[in-house]
Amino acid sequence: MTLSGTYVLRRVLIALPSLLGISLVLFTVLALAPGDPFGDIVSNPNIPAEVAANLRKKFGMDDPVMVRYFRWLLAMLQGDWGFSFASRINVDTLILQRLPTTLLVVGSSQILALLIALPVGVYAATRPYSLFDQIANTLTFVGFSLPTFFTGLMLILVFSIQLDWLPFVYRADIASTGWHFYWDHLKQTIMPVTVLALFQAASWTRYVRSAALDVVKLDYVTTARSKGLKESVVVLKHVVRNAMIPVVTLVALQVPAIFGGAIVTEQIFRVPGIGSLLISAILANDTPVIMAVTFVFSCLVISFNLLADILYAWLDPRIALS
Amino acid sequence: MNEQNIRGLIEEVREGKLARRDFMTKMVSLGLAAPLAGHLLLNAGIAQAQTPSAYKATKRGGGGALKVLWWQGATLLNPHFATGTKDQDGSRVFYEPLASWDKDGNLTANLAAEIPSATNGGLSKDGKTVIWKLKRGVTWHDGKPFTSADVVFNWEYASDPATSAVTIGSYKEMKVEAVDSHTVKITFNKVTPFWATPFVGVQGMIIPKHLFEAYKGAKSREAPNNLKPVGTGPYKFTDFTPGDMVRGAINTTYHQANKPFFDTFEMKGGGDAVSAARAVLQTGEYDFAWNLQVEDEILVKLEVGGKGKVVVIPSGDIEFIQCNFTDPNVEVDGERSSIKTKHPVLTDPAVRQALSLLIDRASVQQFIYGRAGVATANFVNNPPRLRSTANKPEFNVDKAIAVLEAAGWKKGSDGTREKGGKKLKFVYQTSVNQPRQKTQAIVKQACQKAGIDVELKAVTGAVFFSSDEGNPDTYTKLYADLQMYTTTMNAPDAEIFMNQFCSWEFATKANKWQGRNSTRWSNPEYDKAFRAAEGELDPVKRAALYIKMNDMVVQDHAVIPVVSRPRARGANLKLRFSESGWDSDFWALQDWYREA
Repeated sequence: MTLSGTYVLRRVLIALPSLLGISLVLFTVLALAPGDPFGDIVSNPNIPAEVAANLRKKFGMDDPVMVRYFRWLLAMLQGDWGFSFASRINVDTLILQRLPTTLLVVGSSQILALLIALPVGVYAATRPYSLFDQIANTLTFVGFSLPTFFTGLMLILVFSIQLDWLPFVYRADIASTGWHFYWDHLKQTIMPVTVLALFQAASWTRYVRSAALDVVKLDYVTTARSKGLKESVVVLKHVVRNAMIPVVTLVALQVPAIFGGAIVTEQIFRVPGIGSLLISAILANDTPVIMAVTFVFSCLVISFNLLADILYAWLDPRIALS
Repeated sequence: MNEQNIRGLIEEVREGKLARRDFMTKMVSLGLAAPLAGHLLLNAGIAQAQTPSAYKATKRGGGGALKVLWWQGATLLNPHFATGTKDQDGSRVFYEPLASWDKDGNLTANLAAEIPSATNGGLSKDGKTVIWKLKRGVTWHDGKPFTSADVVFNWEYASDPATSAVTIGSYKEMKVEAVDSHTVKITFNKVTPFWATPFVGVQGMIIPKHLFEAYKGAKSREAPNNLKPVGTGPYKFTDFTPGDMVRGAINTTYHQANKPFFDTFEMKGGGDAVSAARAVLQTGEYDFAWNLQVEDEILVKLEVGGKGKVVVIPSGDIEFIQCNFTDPNVEVDGERSSIKTKHPVLTDPAVRQALSLLIDRASVQQFIYGRAGVATANFVNNPPRLRSTANKPEFNVDKAIAVLEAAGWKKGSDGTREKGGKKLKFVYQTSVNQPRQKTQAIVKQACQKAGIDVELKAVTGAVFFSSDEGNPDTYTKLYADLQMYTTTMNAPDAEIFMNQFCSWEFATKANKWQGRNSTRWSNPEYDKAFRAAEGELDPVKRAALYIKMNDMVVQDHAVIPVVSRPRARGANLKLRFSESGWDSDFWALQDWYREA
């Protein structure tokens, strides 16, 4: 085991300047972008101009960009995420309100995607170019060629409008109690989760298949077979375990991307997650919220990169990280 | 229409010869907002024909859940911080003003016992004081009584600049005091002909003193009740997720008998207008949807679903084209469209008249907006007769050509008209918005036929409507020859609407383009009339002045209206509610019920 504490520590220390750089770029771009959080107030003739001027002063928006950036950074270091202009409450409260829904929807879609991708990919790899493999291949191509906004609308048209089985407006707080609560939750989660899971499963299936295919041909697998091991043992213990190494890395690296992909899906199904929070903040030019959410996304990217590296070393001791 | 004519009409209403509604229609067609027109009758002592409540339920509650969709969810629930209609609507579920505007522009009492008038002693002769009598027996959701102290507190709260309330405009320049526990007296610093601004409508919702007292001024943003409203409205607060969900439950001690009908209230935010329309019109998943800015063609298709219908609510919003009276291509002291310049072409009245003849409003309505945009003659052709319906908007290319020919604009070698080396070439800008780009194309086509070369420009809404000083494409700068957008006239009084043509409101570099007059049109007569109206106590004379001002702008074609924009809402076929184009959608939420 070459994975050492110092290695992890060093990676974390390298991640910090990257985060700092990202935050600086984000902040500057947002400050330079057109749009005014108080545009509504300024253009409304019923509201005197002093109100907007006052608010600007209150939120320190008249200062130069760099001053504002360092103030933001200092506050952030102390755990103060800022204050939403639009809702006039703390940004962390806003994000925490939305986080459970996103985790629930995105998390279950990830699990579903893995549940589809792993068996299908491995099975297809053990029988390459069979009928099953061909069909799976075709379907995965269809799957990742269709954007989520399209599949989302298709599902709505079929299951909500034609069949009238499922609701297409997601509600985070369902009033019903007991079994009904879980049933209603399940019903409304089916479509957004399916949309996200199918898209993700399609690409993962292909990775799993090709990774497994590489391993299947190796000599040690043939040896295992010739030892007389059962096929299931060969596949599970010898093939899958080694084929999973690149797949795990990939899954970890794609987790942040899933949050991005969820923005569109959340908008279509009105899922009150972080993605829809970001969209409404952008529409309202609510910079502190945009800043916080995009920063959360970049933190996710960096930490999952780190996680992928560490997992990689842990799974494959041959890789020396020093 | 002068003062005498208006007085004559008011008398006719009094004698019952003229229907109240017809009077309102006439006044509105002359450019007055409906509340202002209603005000004329009120001040003449003609009692309000209060909209009879169509509420048919005979007991409180039992109606199940009322579910409404706002595709932009409410982001905060303190009415004094509510900038957009979404926030005002969200707050209005729990909070109430003293009185609201119904669809005909009449005041309807909420927390007031009666509407002040000269007859009941509510209005003073000098136009400086208003006395509101409050309804007795009203309690806040937490059981505390509602009294005049609460009303006075709202004035203190909103008028304190440190609070940064967006409602401050309605509470400045006045003093509010409690006469007794249920009487409030407003004393304006100057003569205020239109007194129904403070404590009325969306800007007038009242928050409880006992919960906000400690958070007046700079501490306003720390008030825990900013997110947990405790009001007097028909529904009590349950929970709130900004931008997503507002929930309420029946207020069993609501101050109107047998109301409200529904047991719970739910206002879901987010998503887009089309799917909101779908959830109400086609699947019936929701009962009511806000602001269906969707092409009418799609709405008609969704209505076939048979669950809901589109409700079109007339309002004062107008999509119009502004002509720039200054030169956008010459820079003076670091600003283009400087008031020191004159537009080389658009200052010619014949050109503006021709432009107005070249707008095919009927097609714009028929092919673009449908029910959501009505071709408007009003505000354009200045009806010399009273009936605005007699004036059809005119689209006549030949007449436009004749006007231009007569004014000496001859076709040049490239087909564009010119005179004295100046060509009829315009840059015509608007915000990025599909119906607007389609309208631009229709206008461009007609202009080409008449020998006017139009270059189209579309600016992202976030830039176009921003107050960004550094950006050349904002609508207040008007660095183009023509521009189009919607101006909202839903402020109940005309004063704020009309000041956008005053010479002291020029948008210039000096005032960071915050002045409201972006056409930079001016007329000393107009300025004089505006000043006169500000201090005019006689509402009839005042109305006549506003009509005169409206005429000046319109006859001079400083602005060219295209379509009026009624509000489009979607509602379940069984839902009964009363709409109003002059107040929040929830101005009469207590009366909403579902037919069996």
